[in-house]
Parts: sequence; structure tokens; C-alpha cells
Amino acid sequence: MSEFSLYLLQQLINGLTIGSTYALIAIGYTMVYGIIGMINFAHGEIYMIGSYITFIVIAGLMSMGIVSLPIILIIALVVAMFMASTYGWAVERVAYRPLRGTNRLIPLISAIGMSIFLQNAVGISQGFRDVALPPMVTGGWALGNPADFEVTISYMQVIIFAVTFVTMTLLTLFISKSRMGRACRACAEDLGMTNLLGINTNKVIALTFIIGAALAAIAGLLLGLYYGVVNPFVGFIAGLKAFTAAVLGGIGSIPGAVLGGLILGVTEAMTAAFFPSEYKDVVAFGLLITILLFRPSGLLGKPEIEKV
Amino acid sequence: MTTNKFYNAIFAAGITLILACLMIGVKLDTSGTQLAVKGATTAQWTWIGGGIAIVFLSQLFTNQIDALFRMIPKPSISTMLPEEKKMATLKPWLIAGAIVIMVIWPFMVSRGSVDLATLTLIYIMLGLGLNIVVGLAGLLDLGFVAFYAVGAYTYALLSQYFGLSFWVCLPISAGMAALFGFVLGFPVLRLRGDYLAIVTLGFGEIIRILLNNWTEVTGGPSGISGIAKPTLFGLEFTRKAKGGEDAMTFHEYFNLDYSSSYKVIFLYLIAILLVCFVIYVINRLMRMPIGRAWEALREDEIACRSLGLNRTAIKLSAFTLGASTAGFAGAFFSARQGFISPESFIFIESAIILAIVVLGGMGSQYGIILAAIVMTILPELAREFSEYRMLLFGLLMVLMMRWRPDGLIPTKRPHLELKQQ
Repeated sequence: MSEFSLYLLQQLINGLTIGSTYALIAIGYTMVYGIIGMINFAHGEIYMIGSYITFIVIAGLMSMGIVSLPIILIIALVVAMFMASTYGWAVERVAYRPLRGTNRLIPLISAIGMSIFLQNAVGISQGFRDVALPPMVTGGWALGNPADFEVTISYMQVIIFAVTFVTMTLLTLFISKSRMGRACRACAEDLGMTNLLGINTNKVIALTFIIGAALAAIAGLLLGLYYGVVNPFVGFIAGLKAFTAAVLGGIGSIPGAVLGGLILGVTEAMTAAFFPSEYKDVVAFGLLITILLFRPSGLLGKPEIEKV
Repeated sequence: MTTNKFYNAIFAAGITLILACLMIGVKLDTSGTQLAVKGATTAQWTWIGGGIAIVFLSQLFTNQIDALFRMIPKPSISTMLPEEKKMATLKPWLIAGAIVIMVIWPFMVSRGSVDLATLTLIYIMLGLGLNIVVGLAGLLDLGFVAFYAVGAYTYALLSQYFGLSFWVCLPISAGMAALFGFVLGFPVLRLRGDYLAIVTLGFGEIIRILLNNWTEVTGGPSGISGIAKPTLFGLEFTRKAKGGEDAMTFHEYFNLDYSSSYKVIFLYLIAILLVCFVIYVINRLMRMPIGRAWEALREDEIACRSLGLNRTAIKLSAFTLGASTAGFAGAFFSARQGFISPESFIFIESAIILAIVVLGGMGSQYGIILAAIVMTILPELAREFSEYRMLLFGLLMVLMMRWRPDGLIPTKRPHLELKQQ
């Protein structure tokens, strides 16, 4: 293969890595939107909190003398998911549930307020500056001829792919097979009717927030380890990207969120390959606007028919 | 019931403990290259314990606390105002009085408060502009700051490269922002509400990134400085006149001693003028068929279409007019600051403007003015706890939405009521 196509392959791999984490965060947006039709603006902050908890747990375990990498990662994953879910649940309970049924701008403002609050709360308690973690997972596979261009897949990227894949599979099984998953789908179809049929919709809504937060925490762990840096403001741009991914794929649709995330990740990586990397956000949003023009309900979204 | 409450309270206390663990309990600490975790001090644990106790007790006694809160009457503006008929005759006098007070006021207070008032007036302008889009036409715009930026940069660039004066640039800035609004609005206004929100949000980011990276023209992250201040019919407010031999400054012309506060007061008066102009125009528009159509479209789109109203034209007009107001505010902003950079046009600004509109009560102009005052003055008052400023701001937004979801002064529509015989 030529040097150029190898370079493209490398960018594709990088793009898919980032894209799969976008997909993880996007699911949180899409599930909440699918059920209660609101944009959970504080979702990006949950991702950021997930990253912080990961760093705290890793630092704590290392100082306790535990050095086995798999154990550290698994404990960090479990703790981050648990804590972030608690945050997700609490945010829903405090800022959104009392406002359900009002004008749809009201919960949005409340969510923006919550997002500002969480950003600053973490900033005040953990410091506003970057916190860096030395790389935990190093090494990788190299493909191609080392003489001209080498395509590398780092082990971290492999972990990201594997974890994302397993999580997505579990989530799909949960949504399609379990009783609670069925309730989730019913709520997305018609919240009022589901309530009438004797399903505790409050519980289902809380559950979607918990699932979304847990997935965001996984993304927080993965990206935190991948970049090795976190600060209180990473949540905003990641959340924005993930929301873009959710809208791109058709908001309310879980496969759509995954597809949107991957497309967005690859587009960004490809843009960064040819243009200065600052323009990748411009291209990402440009892509969103273009797709919405031709498919107003996203790639996999169902067109919504307004009825009187 | 009581046991249920007890479990609830224990549950809430447990959740609080978990949440507090991250925020206060542990702290990341970098020692060299290694990351370490520091536990909280005893005092901080006492705080956490106190917080948990408060949550536990408040959950246990929710009913009693609710009853207590219900005893405090909610302030209602409408009951405090005189009757409607009296109000109608009083209104012109009240408005005239308010304007007179606003014009005289800056001569008696400190320079800092006049400056703050000018900032408030900018936010009032922005709030009124966004109110057309969100409050009246019901289009959720999360990237309003983009038009503000367009207005600000239009003036800054025209003044820097072509030396045009503020008064010439003011309409050009508004027109430029309107053009951007039109170009963006034309394709995206077909989208459903929330998609529109994210597209406008994306547009806001695009503008900011472009301003940040187009270094040759916009100066990139370091921005543009030395933007010319507005002049009073050619009279400058500097110590020495810059514009040639026979140019005079304000204090020379009127034989006054030089004082820098003239400039501040002059800017404030311009802001008052602009705000009055914007309010007047919007008020007239609201009473025109187009204004009625905005509100009708917000209430029921399908009904509007079946009555033969052109949906795109109506939405586009609201979007464009809102944008031009932001352009107005932007041009004034860059004239006041004398320096602009993309840092001034981040998403949080859009969020603050949106919060002003929602907090004020969507569609209500008095409400927006009040909310703009609250939103700019409160952070200033909280300057002592500068670290906690944004934290409190976020918390306040959440609490206000719970306390008064209809805004500080909910809109009153003209309506007729049949009196009972």
C-alpha cells in the first residue's frame, strides 16, 4: 500500500476510536430525548465527572500499592460507573423531575444551570487546571513497512474498541430482551399510555438517566486514559460533539447514535488529516447542518408526522 | 407512611454522602509526575456530615417544610400594580419618568456603576433581540452569541481597516448580523425545534472557531484592540484630539476640564438611546400583523399554515430581526470595550442571554429588562466570592426555574373578559 493510503488508514483507526466514545456519550442523550423529549445539557458534565473519578480511583489504588493493570482498570470502571450514575440520578431528581410537564425551554435552562454548577463544583473541589495521568496502557501493534509509514494500533485503542463493543452489545440485549428494556421502549413510544398501563414511568425515566450516566462514565474512563488529561471543561465540548452525533444519527434512535458517533469521529479525523486541526469542529458542525438539510430527522430517525 | 419517609430520608442521605465524596471528600493532587489523592480534612468531613444531616432531616419532614413555605405568600407583581384602567393613563408618565431618571442618574453615581449599567443595557438589548426569536416566535436559538459576534467584529474590522465611524457602522453591523441570520435561517428554519437548537449552537461555535483561526483578518485569539470610540458629532472623548489639526475634543469644545467619566456617561447615554430605539421598534412590530403572526406560529403551527400564513417567511423575519438586534448590541459592545476577542463570544454568553429571556418570562419585555438587571448585577455583587460566582449562578438558574417557571413577570396578553352580571 502506498504511504498515503496507510496514512488514511491510520486516521480512520483514530477516528473510529474517538467516534466510538462519542457514541457511548450520545446514547445518553438519545435515550433521554427519546423518552421525555428534553436535551440533557448536563450529560457532558457527567462524562467529565466519570473521567475525574477514574483518575481519583487510579491514583488512590496506585498509592495503596496495587499495580496490576487489569485490577486497577476494572475497579476504576465499576466505581466510575456507580458514582456517575448516582450523579445522573441526582441531577434528574433535583433539576428535571420537578419541571416535567412545563414548557420545554424550562428544563433546558435548568439543565444549562446544572451544567454550569457541576463544572464549577468540580473545578472548585479539584482545581480548574489540567490534571495529567501518566500513560497506563502503552504499546501497540504496528502494521506496514517501518521504512515509509507505519500504521499503529495502540493497545489503548484496542481496549476502547473492545469495551465499546461489549457495552453496546449488553445495552442492545438489555433494551430488546429484558422487562425493563421493554418498558423503556414503551415509554419512548408513548409515555402517558405506558403510565396508564401500570408501569412506573418515573422509575423508567430515572433508569434511562442512570444508564446514560454509566455509559458516559465508561466514555470518561476510556477517553481520560486515552488522552491522559482531564479538566473541568472537557465535558462541554465532548457533550456538544456527542449531542451532534445523536442528532446526526436521528435523535431517539440508539443505533443512530452509534452510527452518528462513528461518522462524526471519522469525519473529524479525516479533516484533521488535511486541514489545520482547529477546523475539525467547523467541519463536524457543517456536516451536521448538511445532513439535517437533506434528512431533517437524522440518518436513522423516524420522520415525525405532526397531527392536529 | 412514616417508615416509608424514613427509608426515603436514609436513601437521600446515602446519595448525598456518595455525591459529596467526590466533590469534597477527595482531592487530586499532582506531586511531580505522579498523581496522588488527598483525603479531606476533619473540618471538611464535618461539613459533609452537616450537609447529610440537613438532607436527612429535610427529607424526613418534607410535609412540614412544604407547609411552612406555603405560608410565605408568593410575590405577585400584578397585585402590586394599580388597576388596569388607571394603569393605562399612568403608563406614559411612568415611562417618561423612568427615562428621565435613567438620563439624570449617571451624573450622581460613581463611574463603576455607570459602566455596569451600560453593560446591563447591552444585555437588555441582547435579551430583547433573543426574545423575538425565542419568546415571540418560539424558535429555540442556542447560538445567539454568533450574531452578537458578527456585529462586534463588523464594527471592529470596518473601523480598523477603513476608519469608518461608529455611527456609520451601527446600521452596517446590524445589517451584517441580519444577513448572517438570513443565510443561516433560510435552510435551517424548516427543522424541528430541538434540531434548530443544536444547529444554531453549532453555528455559534463555527463563528467562534473561525474568528479564532482566521488570524490574518481577525487577529485570532488575541483579538482586535484600539477600536475607535463613538464620537458626538465628531467630538472625541479623549484627552487630545487624534483626527488632524482642527479636530476638537468634547471638553475643549464645551470648555470643560477633561474627565474620563464623560466618556463613560456618553456611552451609557448611547446605550439608553439604543435600548429605547430597540424597545420602540419591537413594540411597534408586535402590534403589526407580522408580530401577531410570530405569536400565532409559536402557539400552533398547523393552524397558522391552514390559515394561509407563510411559515418560512414569518420564522425568517423573526430570526433576521433578532439577529440584527444582536448586531446592534455587538457594534456597541466593541465600541465600549475598545477591544474584542473570540473569548467574549463563547457559548456561556448565549446561555446567559437565553436565561435572561426565560427568567424574565418569555415574551414579556418588562420581565426581560428586570431579568437582565438581575443577571448582570448579581454576579457583580457576588464578586467577593469570585471563585463561587459561576457556581452560584448555575444553582440560581436551577432554583429559579423551580420557583418561577413562568419567569419573573409573566406575559400578559391583551384579552377581553366577560364580566358576570
